[in-house]
Amino acid sequence: MKVAQILKTLEYGPAPEAAKPALDWIAEHDGKFGIFINGKWRDPSSKEWFDSINPSNNKKLARVAQASKKDVDDAVKAARAAFKGWSSTPGHIRARYLYAIARQVQKHSRLFAVLETMDNGKPIRETRDIDIPLVARHFYHHAGWAQLADTEMRDYQPLGVVGQIIPWNFPLLMLSWKIAPALAMGNTVVLKPAELTSLTALLFAEICASVGLPAGVVNFVTGDGKTGAAIVEHAGIDKIAFTGSTEVGRIIRRATAGTGKKLSLELGGKSPFIVFDDADLDSAVEGVVDAIWFNQGQVCCAGSRLLVQEGVAEKVYKKLRARMEKMRLGDPLDKGIDIGAIVDTNQLKQIQDKVARGVEEGATLMQPSWANALPAGGCYFPPTVLTNVGPASSVVQQEIFGPVLAAMTFRTPEEAVKLANNTRYGLAATIWSEDINLALDIATQIKAGTVWINSTNLLDAAAGFGGYRESGFGREGGKEGLYEYAKPLHADASLLSPLRGREAGREGAAKHKTLTSTAISSTKALKTPANSAFSTSAKTPKSPVPAQAGTQFALNSVPVDRTAKLFIGGKQTRPDGGLSINIYGPNKNLIGEVGAGNRKDIRNAVEAARAAANGWAKATAHNRAQVIYFMAENLAARAVEFANRLMHQTGCTKANADSEVEASISALFTAAAWADKYDGRIHGTPYRNVTLAMNEPMGVVGMLMPDDHPLLALATLAGTALAMGNTMVVVPSPKHPLTATDLYQVLETSDVPHGTFNIVTGDRDELAKTLSEHDDVDSVWYFDNSAGSSEGQTAVQKASAGNMKRTWVLGLTGATGALPSVDEVLREATQVKNVWVPYGA
Amino acid sequence: MAKVTQIRVGAPAVVPPFDADDGRNPGTKFDPAPVRDVRINRSAIERRAATMGTRRTVKKDWQAAWLVHAVKTIDLTTLSGDDTVGTVKRLCTKARQPIRQQLLADLGLADLKLHTGAVCVYHTFVKTAVEALEGSGIPVAAVSTGFPAGLTPFPQKIEEIKASVKDGASEIDIVISRGHVLTGNWRGLYDEVKAFRDACGPAHMKAIIATGELGTLKNIGRASIVCMQAGSDFIKTSTGKEPTNATIGGSLVMVRAIRQYYEQTGHKVGFKPAGGIRSAKQALEWLILMKEELGDEWMQPHLFRIGASALVNDIERQLEHYAYGRYASMQYQSLG
Repeated sequence: MKVAQILKTLEYGPAPEAAKPALDWIAEHDGKFGIFINGKWRDPSSKEWFDSINPSNNKKLARVAQASKKDVDDAVKAARAAFKGWSSTPGHIRARYLYAIARQVQKHSRLFAVLETMDNGKPIRETRDIDIPLVARHFYHHAGWAQLADTEMRDYQPLGVVGQIIPWNFPLLMLSWKIAPALAMGNTVVLKPAELTSLTALLFAEICASVGLPAGVVNFVTGDGKTGAAIVEHAGIDKIAFTGSTEVGRIIRRATAGTGKKLSLELGGKSPFIVFDDADLDSAVEGVVDAIWFNQGQVCCAGSRLLVQEGVAEKVYKKLRARMEKMRLGDPLDKGIDIGAIVDTNQLKQIQDKVARGVEEGATLMQPSWANALPAGGCYFPPTVLTNVGPASSVVQQEIFGPVLAAMTFRTPEEAVKLANNTRYGLAATIWSEDINLALDIATQIKAGTVWINSTNLLDAAAGFGGYRESGFGREGGKEGLYEYAKPLHADASLLSPLRGREAGREGAAKHKTLTSTAISSTKALKTPANSAFSTSAKTPKSPVPAQAGTQFALNSVPVDRTAKLFIGGKQTRPDGGLSINIYGPNKNLIGEVGAGNRKDIRNAVEAARAAANGWAKATAHNRAQVIYFMAENLAARAVEFANRLMHQTGCTKANADSEVEASISALFTAAAWADKYDGRIHGTPYRNVTLAMNEPMGVVGMLMPDDHPLLALATLAGTALAMGNTMVVVPSPKHPLTATDLYQVLETSDVPHGTFNIVTGDRDELAKTLSEHDDVDSVWYFDNSAGSSEGQTAVQKASAGNMKRTWVLGLTGATGALPSVDEVLREATQVKNVWVPYGA
Repeated sequence: MAKVTQIRVGAPAVVPPFDADDGRNPGTKFDPAPVRDVRINRSAIERRAATMGTRRTVKKDWQAAWLVHAVKTIDLTTLSGDDTVGTVKRLCTKARQPIRQQLLADLGLADLKLHTGAVCVYHTFVKTAVEALEGSGIPVAAVSTGFPAGLTPFPQKIEEIKASVKDGASEIDIVISRGHVLTGNWRGLYDEVKAFRDACGPAHMKAIIATGELGTLKNIGRASIVCMQAGSDFIKTSTGKEPTNATIGGSLVMVRAIRQYYEQTGHKVGFKPAGGIRSAKQALEWLILMKEELGDEWMQPHLFRIGASALVNDIERQLEHYAYGRYASMQYQSLG
């Protein structure tokens, strides 16, 4: 009878996945879970538990422990104790563990999927076909990196204990993104799942135990924000990895400022979804389904801003309306459901409020006809499109984190880029066009860590994922993601010894000496006894020794007064404040004055750098290299002058001064050499596509220079940043700024485009603050001569939280090897953009 | 001609094979613009196709109902070189009684006069089939125009259509000249299919575009549009003789073309996947495709057919399992 009835309507009917395996697992634990520390389960010291709710019916699923500060402390201790053993475990053995974890996840995939769906509310189709398979894939991929770590990451070492805090939107997947690379590189972990969705992490802990992962290598503490804060603030943690809101990311940035903790943040987004009129529109509409109605739109990289070319906008809206109508919303455990439950009532309310506000502001609400007939008793929100909105609308600016698309139109590719980049975020972007010429052009111009062409929300362990701008920094996945869990084994001692190989001191010293003589004899400026001085330095790189008073260098006539100015936008300019700072030599003798730059000078310099950024980034790598080689050439021509200045300022020996000039010329050659060789990669993601990992310049970099090796630091740091296509505002060492002000004459004669290289002298820490606070600066490099962290470093990192700019702070002490390796400089000077380009005739 | 009319009159009332003549696609003038504007992104199509059967499913009672429905849409087909009057007659008895009556009764469908959507044969057996199906309301479809390659002389193709219609075929499955598509001769394709349509007269025409031989999804989309402009009542994927049979991806392109044509002209064109569809699960996937991309009406036999032969038996097996809770054996199912 029933069959006869259905035959008339051909409805889908219910198709529930069984909840029983998950419920049984919860029941086996009496519905109450402890925390997992040092390989053992125990109650939280707080003796407090909270409920984990199934948002599809708002019923309690289980009780989850509230880990206290003490629990976190115990977890860190356990991780620290385990670190020595784990980090010295051979890569192959670590690979076996990760491989075993991947296998176990696969073997229990249905249990994981059902549990995740019940705890989070996302459809079983997604947990079954997307989340859990990607988790297994992440562990397989990183088992591979563990295997290869000894060779592929041989110059790197693990960081130590890593604190990881993950969100509720992809509970187990985000866990895998955090744990897999950390373990692969030999770190130990303290992880806190989101309080709303802890259960799959606890099941995962059981898997860690079952594969025999050594105690303490991974520790799980559950709890709310207080537990997270305890992790962030814990002094025994070497790195914090966080995925979540920009708001919390900012708090974490400030809290970890100056602590020396490495930090990676994967934050919010408001990603553009651009549809050109030559796109396969039906497929683009299907893309929207995967972009904003995937996981109820609770996806950091969700394509939530639709930008559609005006001529096809009505057509696309019509198709969207029809497609929306076909969406099925309901019990997430139903296998035929597209949209499940929002994670909790609080999130649901936020979505409702934001949409209501959008409508108040004048947006037109487009929802399916069934939008008012949502299932009762759970957290549901219908698929929604808002039209008649603009960049000024709140629903266009704010991340809604729900199934809500804000739709706008554009006329030209240029306008599409402008609108796409008109956001504080930069996590992802989607481009639909059948014209590869157009699509790739747009892809390179969008400020986002991931760009999908004719596809969306493709994720894979082999490709890096992470943001530009306020979407955070650091990458997860791919080789680029490994560096978030590793640090250089040793500083590169080769910088001051440019003519030695990187495998310093290994062999062939005699050969290098020959090279040295050849190189130097060909350098006009060094006909002096510099030869021997150079070789000496190369053998024993060490801090320059202050010269005896006036013995090395003396003015033998009354010099012409020189005015060192600021160098902004290619022009020598006087400081805005009209003040100068006296610069003293090693014997407290006045050796010159520099302009006292202030915040307005910084403002002007940043403006100049921003104006030059696009052009310089677009210049060909060959072109950039030519400019930098030219700088080296002109520096060489003035080698004697620069060496004299170094002696005069720092009191170093002539030998050391000559050697630093030589090293600086070499560093510029190195920078120029890298310009067209710091290649990206093509990741082996499991789709028919090319996933291009492109190294893009950071943009505008503020550089606060260290005191030691004033010329070499400039050449290495600024030269490399320049080579990678950045523009800069350089604040020279306050002690030895005259080298930098001398340098602008080199810049002026070397075809360095105006605005790419700006120099502002003045109080370093004061200018550092202005630069760090400046919203149009993309990265700040701060080097001082503290042994560890300093007030200056702390201030820079705190202030950087404003626009979540990258920071790179280092205390560079006098040791010659303390300048970072070129590898590191290259990485800091760039950010990786992954562009996914599917193909198929 | 008289016979054709008779079949329509005698058809059971549930859903007639076709509404009426005025429900047919009259075609349009040749319009190159929509052909030129076809944009197909293969990767995106494949992703959608791959998840068509994972985003939706029907279980239990719903699955049983959908499977019974699928039987109604089957063009029960035999197109073998060794076909004889005997095998065609046997097929026709299967078309009249595709699922055994007891099983239908146990499904609560005792009164359902279930039969397949049509029987599809070569011209040679049209008469045989028409006689064997007399009074059943089941139309006879004839493959035509030099099926499967479509490379016989044009006048003979026209004659073949006319002969089949004269013998009582009320549906003609024509094959297009793939060469027109592969050389971009859209005008030529239009003229050819239009001539076929004219030759069909009252018989409904299904245009087989042979997706497996068109090289690209884009060509599938373009050929679909031209065939609809030329007045095809159905567009059909394959002859079943190409190296690649019906695929969900190729079908997705075709049904989207149908949707676009409907939006532009208001004419509803049917869709027929054929070739390689043997399992009940596949039949459900295609039904889901129709429901999702075109809507419920396009699940009905007047707009949807599955060209198949062994499929009925697999559906029967699944229905047995549903009705009796145990797995079936082929010996309990009648051969077609």
